Amino acid sequence: MLPDNPAVLSRANPLAKLAAVVILSVVLALSIDPVSAAVALVVELAIFPLAGLTLGLLWRRAWPLIFAAAVGGWSTAIIAADSGRVLLDVGIWSISEGSLALGLGFFLRGLAIALPAILLMSCTDPTDLADALAQKAKLPHRFVLGTLAALRLVGLMAEEWQTIGMARRARGVGSQGSPLQKIKATLGQSFGLLVQSIRRATRLATTMEARGFGAGPRTWARESTYSPIDIWVLLGGLALASAAVTAAVAAGTWNFVL
Amino acid sequence: MEVRSRGVRPAAVVARGWGWRHAGRSTPAITGLDLDIGPGERVLLLGPSGSGKSTLLHALAGVLGDEEDDADEQGSLLVDGLPPRGQRGRAGLVQQDPESQVVLSRVGDDVAFGAENLAVPREQIWERVSEALEDVGLRNPGGRGLALDHPTSKLSGGQKQRLALAGILAMRPGLILLDEPTANLDPAGVLEVRDAVGRCLDRTGATLVVVEHRVAVWKDLVDRIVVLQPGAAGAGGGAGTPGVLLDGPPEVVLAEARGLLVEAGIWVPGHVPATRPRQHGSRTTQTLVTADSVAVSRERPRRSGFRKIPPVPLQHDVSVLVQAGQALTITGPNGAGKSTFALTLAGLLEPVAGRITASEDLAAGAGRTPFQWKARTLIQRIGTVFQEPEHQFVTGRVRDEMLFGPRQLGRGEERVDELLERLRLGHVSDANPYTLSGGEKRRLSVATVLAAHPRVLVLDEPTFGQDATTWAELASFLSELLDDGTAVVSVTHDAEFNAVLGGSELRLESAEVPAGGSVSGDRP
Repeated sequence: MLPDNPAVLSRANPLAKLAAVVILSVVLALSIDPVSAAVALVVELAIFPLAGLTLGLLWRRAWPLIFAAAVGGWSTAIIAADSGRVLLDVGIWSISEGSLALGLGFFLRGLAIALPAILLMSCTDPTDLADALAQKAKLPHRFVLGTLAALRLVGLMAEEWQTIGMARRARGVGSQGSPLQKIKATLGQSFGLLVQSIRRATRLATTMEARGFGAGPRTWARESTYSPIDIWVLLGGLALASAAVTAAVAAGTWNFVL
Repeated sequence: MEVRSRGVRPAAVVARGWGWRHAGRSTPAITGLDLDIGPGERVLLLGPSGSGKSTLLHALAGVLGDEEDDADEQGSLLVDGLPPRGQRGRAGLVQQDPESQVVLSRVGDDVAFGAENLAVPREQIWERVSEALEDVGLRNPGGRGLALDHPTSKLSGGQKQRLALAGILAMRPGLILLDEPTANLDPAGVLEVRDAVGRCLDRTGATLVVVEHRVAVWKDLVDRIVVLQPGAAGAGGGAGTPGVLLDGPPEVVLAEARGLLVEAGIWVPGHVPATRPRQHGSRTTQTLVTADSVAVSRERPRRSGFRKIPPVPLQHDVSVLVQAGQALTITGPNGAGKSTFALTLAGLLEPVAGRITASEDLAAGAGRTPFQWKARTLIQRIGTVFQEPEHQFVTGRVRDEMLFGPRQLGRGEERVDELLERLRLGHVSDANPYTLSGGEKRRLSVATVLAAHPRVLVLDEPTFGQDATTWAELASFLSELLDDGTAVVSVTHDAEFNAVLGGSELRLESAEVPAGGSVSGDRP
């Protein structure tokens, strides 16, 4: 999935990256203010190259999220209770200084929370994450490896969905027609996909069992290890979280949601 | 045959009155089996569908009935004197569907998976992985070939099956079990896998049990053929021990039981099943569908931010005519886009460039672009039979499945019974399509598409994995349709099948070759 990503962050242990992301997300979720989110966002954008990403690549992968954050922020600006000077008033919609700030806070926060997750995913191989979760976090290997194998099948599902769609069209099941017919056709196609997925998953389970998966202790061909980079990743996450909070408190915008 | 190398100790198999009934089934899959397989023996297991071959392999692999509370076992089945269930790693199994043989997303990790589960120490695992990848020919001793982090999703079907074999070898099993490992592969893939198996056996001396329809592929590699009794009854039939119809060296079994094997639908070397000959009645040529400089891809245009990027076509500039009463065969190597082209021709995919045009006669007032037709309009003009029959099942009963098309069209229901009988599906008309045998599923998928009476029939690898009986029925049936004026387009590697249908061949080369395919004229 990540062919030779030479970025620094792809060499860090997935568990360290995951911990840093969790710390940052939790802290950012504690307050709704533009300052903490803006600080986090600026720093996040600055460290993107460490994950081997460019702005163009980021836009291509994350534009639906950016779009969603913008919509969220806009709706907040319209719907939130007004405070301060009213800037726009059209019927039931009104935007005031207070609600605009809140909306902006939401928008920036959405991005600031989403981007680390994107960063994590783009510099972490699922196999390495599974290794780290099982070997370092000591999660049960049956669960971790089962999920990992299932994930690979999920990748095949998009292709399968298209094939089943065509196969059903060749049987006369149309996706044209009234909305009700379309829903019916989609439901039928989903059922077909479900059946195929279950059958394939059953065969995969047999394959795994036939290779001795499931019982007793196992060894790991790939050792999940920590390196000095991981300390920096963790410290980085902590530092960024505290910088965001400090800046917001200093600016007097910190408002605790709990 | 006490070969010992690479730390492999060949396994022995002993069955005494062994039988198995799956949970929820009223009749056993296999019953009363007496069988002895010595260490290092190589056995080809034959038998008509429903004789319990797969059940036996699963039992030997120790994966049978883990969660089946209601299942029923009789007699005993032992590997090295012990039940196979408790002996992890003693036997390794490769199944038919390449996609569900791959566990992890990197080649090296996938091969290591079994060894990890057996708790082999780390430093030994990677040694075993390199060795296994060399044994199956995916890597050379010099380390050339597939990299350990090569993505498994990028492998061909044949490579995936060899990878599965490597994954098993890394466990150092004494018993290698292959359940139709080449049924879903093209001829090149079949040989790849067969040769890899031969090499592995020579190097490890492991015992082999392989189930396969095509005897010719395996007969030189095995030293014994065992033919199981047809059906589950266990009674009646041959001179051998209970449950086994015939047992002996390949030449002897093939010589003695040729007729019997042919009758059971097994592909016996040198025997092409009899089919109905074409009547060569193509007096007039009428073009039904025209492909004009078509480029094809399964992918839709990609969105990059707000930009639209068209997909890279698998094939481009392909032009061909589909004519009434004429067969058109699409051939070429794996990954050349044969199926994609056929689906585009059939109005199921939109061409990336160029045009697919239906003749005025075929369109019959519906517009000339098949891709834009409604599903109901499409199925009475162009019918498509997919490679995997299950993809096309839309109901829970064979009869409803057959009636589905005619009901959509509001006509043709009376023809259904005749079709059911013609394709020998009358006895299962109330069964659930998913429970049918492979051959029955294939025949049903053809019958359901034909129930809508299309004038063009497109088939994607219709003969993959089929036994000789179904093969012959299918070929005869299509030859009849052709004589009646239906156009038959098939994607296939099966030269004998092409020979029955005649017509012209469209050969698509690999994507690297820039040409747009070549059409060769009528074959004799």
